[in-house]
This record gives sequence, structure tokens and C-alpha cells, in this order.
Amino acid sequence: MTARRGSMRHSIRLRCPAEKVWDLVGAPVRLPEWWEGVESCVVEGDERTILTRSGLPMPERLLTIDPQQRRFQYRITSPLFVEHLSTIDVHDLGDGTCLTVYSVDSEPAVLALVIAGAARAALNNLPEVLGVEECR
Amino acid sequence: MGRKILLVTTDQQRFDTLACNGGALSRTPVVDGLAAEGVRYDRAHPQSVVCMPSRSTILTGQHPTTHGVFMNGVPLPPDAPSVAEVLRTSGYRTALVGKSHFEPYFDPFLRFEENLLSTIGTTPHGGSRRGFEHFETASHGAMGPLHYAQWLVHNHPEALGMYCRAIDDHLQVSAEAGGDTDAPQVKVNPIDRGIYHTDWVADRTIDWLDSLDADDDWFCWMSFPDPHHPWDPPESEVGRIDWREVPLPAGYPEDRSTREAIIDGKPRHWRAWYDGTLVSNYEAPADWVPATLTADQVREVNARNAVEVELIDEALGRVLARVAERGWGDDVDVVFTTDHGELQGDFGLLFKGPYHVDSLMRLPLVWRPAPSSRAGAADGTPAASVVHRPVGLVDLAPTFCAIAGIEPPEWMQGAPLPVDDADAEARGFDKVLTEWDSELFGVDVHLRTMMRDRWVVTAYQPGTSHDGTEGELYDLVDDPLQQVNLWDDPAARPLRNDLVADLWDSQPEARSERLTLEAPV
Repeated sequence: MTARRGSMRHSIRLRCPAEKVWDLVGAPVRLPEWWEGVESCVVEGDERTILTRSGLPMPERLLTIDPQQRRFQYRITSPLFVEHLSTIDVHDLGDGTCLTVYSVDSEPAVLALVIAGAARAALNNLPEVLGVEECR
Repeated sequence: MGRKILLVTTDQQRFDTLACNGGALSRTPVVDGLAAEGVRYDRAHPQSVVCMPSRSTILTGQHPTTHGVFMNGVPLPPDAPSVAEVLRTSGYRTALVGKSHFEPYFDPFLRFEENLLSTIGTTPHGGSRRGFEHFETASHGAMGPLHYAQWLVHNHPEALGMYCRAIDDHLQVSAEAGGDTDAPQVKVNPIDRGIYHTDWVADRTIDWLDSLDADDDWFCWMSFPDPHHPWDPPESEVGRIDWREVPLPAGYPEDRSTREAIIDGKPRHWRAWYDGTLVSNYEAPADWVPATLTADQVREVNARNAVEVELIDEALGRVLARVAERGWGDDVDVVFTTDHGELQGDFGLLFKGPYHVDSLMRLPLVWRPAPSSRAGAADGTPAASVVHRPVGLVDLAPTFCAIAGIEPPEWMQGAPLPVDDADAEARGFDKVLTEWDSELFGVDVHLRTMMRDRWVVTAYQPGTSHDGTEGELYDLVDDPLQQVNLWDDPAARPLRNDLVADLWDSQPEARSERLTLEAPV
């Protein structure tokens, strides 16, 4: 690895309206419903603190919750990170399906990989949590 | 009552660290004794030179292309085929004690069950995991949620800070230096030998064996985390070998210009890593530049590595003594091997990476069949042999099936290990494959390697540093240290073409759905 800063992206296409996905992934308090390994989360204003299954508290600052663009952005403010930005976009593909994209940028780079890996598993939970079909 | 199976693996151990393989540093009388009564393999190769893919091959009997774990950080699916499950469902009691690493360690969300196991004991949910009904984990130090680290937390918290840190403050593989020579990942470890992970793995194995009934058939994978870096054996043992008296390895030309000329004859990512301009994977410290490695550091690393090898040999001796006390001595097959090698100074490099040479690919492998299996032999004496033809770790799973009298399932891609060269020739052991794929933060490397006859050929696919025309070709007879790359030698072109055609024709079936990198390691 040569870079200190890492950038990763995962996505899933689901056969359902974009609003159905957004109602879940755009709601900061609903994270434990779809993100495996998040035991709980507390939201106060623009601050969210999640507690991971390993007992690690992870404080976050909520930056964007935009239902028109269906964009959710947050920064993890834990001292483990020099820099972090995660973005969730839910795109209506206009054919009865939608594309949910999770992007993460962080320094140290390895944390981008770890967060993205967990996000990918979380995205893969969406069909079951929402009761919808994945389009492959 | 059938034959019992003890699979002993170490982590990142070179072929030449065993006395029976010609090693002169470590005393390894226990493994040497097994070799004297069994089969020693002169050309055993892994199918990947890093932990997770290689361990997945041991478990599944499949090449990485097929089981899908193409690099460290890619989890093996929980429902992947497993030789342990085959044996368990055939009536064997099963255990894995020590380093598993089928799932990533870097897991703050504790998503991977292997990292959760210590919170529920040693019996996995549902009674088994990957076929192991007893699953007790350890790694290279005191970090993380594994059983050994948690055991230290609860019983010896004073030891938690004694190990070398595997990961630094930037979450990179630590370049922390120590010892007498400031070598990377060398640390003076004051831990008591009795609670060091090597002896812990042996102790826990003995405890599990003691829980079994005398007439149980069993398969135990005892998996030592050493001699993988960090090189921090208990300080009480370090005096066994004075690093100042350790000869430099043959693969380490002391003259810098000679070293660099050898590396410059290889594809460019060799030199780029040596100079510290490209680190393609998470297997070595990103902040350490191999060109700074000194001869004394090579000596000290080799000395400490040798001490760790001796401790493993002694721990194995304790386990075998307990096996004998239980009355199983004649009924146990013992297989000793490792997951991949270590550069350990060769070419002026340490650790591992996309470098398909003997340092990483030639493994110790010894199989001591159960003495009772030779009851029909003419004079009842051990039929010690050396197999010179190539075999792979992919052959272990079908070997365990054969020992248990089970037909190997079709999904296993190897074949039961040969017992001598005649057997190997008769059954077509003529080549072995190794592969490398890494894709990390925009840097990708892809190698396909075949060892056949006296040749090792590696074909490169397009990647960050390669356009797909590069390769390596070595003559193991005339150039055992693989210092002269014949890939671009016009005289070797017909041979190269033949080997490369065979290499591509021999590629295993690819998994239908590609797995995903989910963590650095």
C-alpha cells in the first residue's frame, strides 16, 4: 500500500422504489437495523455515536441528510481517523429499480477498507431487511 | 477404530529451517524424527504465499482461484467446503487450536464469527464451524478478540504489552525496530516461556486430546502462529543462538551492487519494493525500506526465527508424548507443514509479497503415517522416503480423506500425497501451481506460477507495474537461488513457451462469483 489515504466504493441494485431504501438508510437512528456489528446508536443534533459489537464507541458528525438528492454523508470523528467521509447515495434508475452506493474516503487508508467492507455486508443485508429483490 | 490425524502447521516457515531439510541453525529433533519414520517432501509448494488464501487451500483442498480467497482480507465464506466437515460427518472428533485466519482479523464491528468465538467459549454456534467442533484461536501476539489474547487479558495482563506491536499508530504493519540491530519487527519480549503462544497452543491441544475417549477417531489441526514475524520469542530462549555467529543466508549476497543487480533482472516491482517506492500489499511494513536492511539485521532475524522454530519443535514433542501416553502412538498420522515461506534476507528482502521464489514457495512438509498402517510391511520397520516430485498444500485435504478411508469429494482438486517417488510418478505428480492476486488502493499485481521438472515459471498479467509481457523463469538445478531470470533469454524461448502454455492449460476452475476484499488482513 502506498497511499496513506484510501478511497473505496460498494453498491447494490434493488428492485424497489428509491424512497423505500432512502427511508431506511437516510434515517440516522435506523443504522443498527441494517448494519451488522452496530449494537446501538444515539443521535443528538448532528452528532451520532455508534457502539460496535466489539465495544468500540465511534462518534460521528452528520453532514448531509438530503431527501431530495437522497444523499447521506457523515464523518467519523474518532481519533483513530485523521480524516473520514462516508457518503450514501440512493439513485432512482427509472425502471422500478434503484442503486444504492456507499463511498468512503479516509486516512488511514486501511480504515477505508475496513469501513467499506462492513458497508458492503450492510448493503447486502438490504434485500432481506427491506423484503425486496436484488437485481444482479 | 481408525487412524487419527494430527495436522501441525506453522506460519511463514522456510523449507531450510528444519535440520532434516539441511538447515543448520535450528535443532528440530522431533520433526526430524517424524521424517526419519515417514515421508519428507523436497518440493512442497503452497498455492498462495500469504496466509488466508493458503490456509483456505489447506481446508478446502482447492486452489485460491476456486475457493475464492484471492488475498488476505478476503473472508472464506462460512459455507465453503471443508475437509474437517467431511471427517466430522464421518465420525471423527475435530478441533482447530491456534491460528485459523480464514476470516480477517481487522474487524472492529466483530462481523466475523472466528473473532467472536472467544466470547462464547470453544464450541461454535450450531456445534461446529467449518467442520471443527472445537475451535480455539491464537495469533502472533496479545491483540484482538482471539482466545489466546483474551486468556492473557484474564490470566496474565502483565504480559499484554510485552509482545511486539503488529500494527502501528497509523494502522500499518509496524516497522518498529528493536533487538541489538534495530531490525524491523524484532523486539525483546520478557514474557515467560510457559505463557508464550507456542506453548499455549500445545497446552490447549493437549487439553482437547485429554477430553476425548480412548477409542475416538480424531482430526486435530494444531496451528502455531510462529515463526511468522514479529520476531519476539521469549527473551529467556534467545540465548540459544548467538546472532553474531549466524552465517548469512546463501540467498543474501552481502555486496549491495550484487544484490541489486540480481533484483534488477526480475520484473520491476521487485526493485520498486526494495527501494521503498511501491508496497503492493499489507504483508510488510509500508514505512520500511528493504534497501536499508543490513547484514547484521539479517543475522539477528534469522537467529530469532530459529529460536521460534525450536520452541515449536519442543512443543510438538510435548503433544506427541501425550498422544503416546493416551495409547494412540501407533494410530496417529502426523503431518507437519506451514502455509508459506519467508524471504528472511534473500535478495535483501524480509517478510513476503508477490515474489514467487523458493524463499516463499518451498515449504517444509513431513508426513509420518500411523505406524499401525505399516503393520503389513515386510519387516515392520519404518519406510522412510523422500519425495522429490512436486506436491502442493492442495493435496493435504485428500490425503486426510485417504487416511480416514474416505473417498475424497469431487470438489477437492489435489490428490492424496505420494509416499515415494515411484508412487508420485505413477500418479502423475509432475507440476504444482501457485497464484497471486492483490488489488489494494489502486495497486494490483497478478502472477501465475508453475513448478515443473527443474523449472519455475511465472507469467505476469497486466497490473500497476506490469503490462502482462513480464515473467520469471528459473532453472532450479543450475540456479537453486533463483538469481538468474531466463524469461528474456532467447535461448530459453522454446522452453518458456512450452512451460507457459502448460501453465495456462493447467489453471483451475474459477469460482463463479468473485469474493470481495473486506479488510487489510
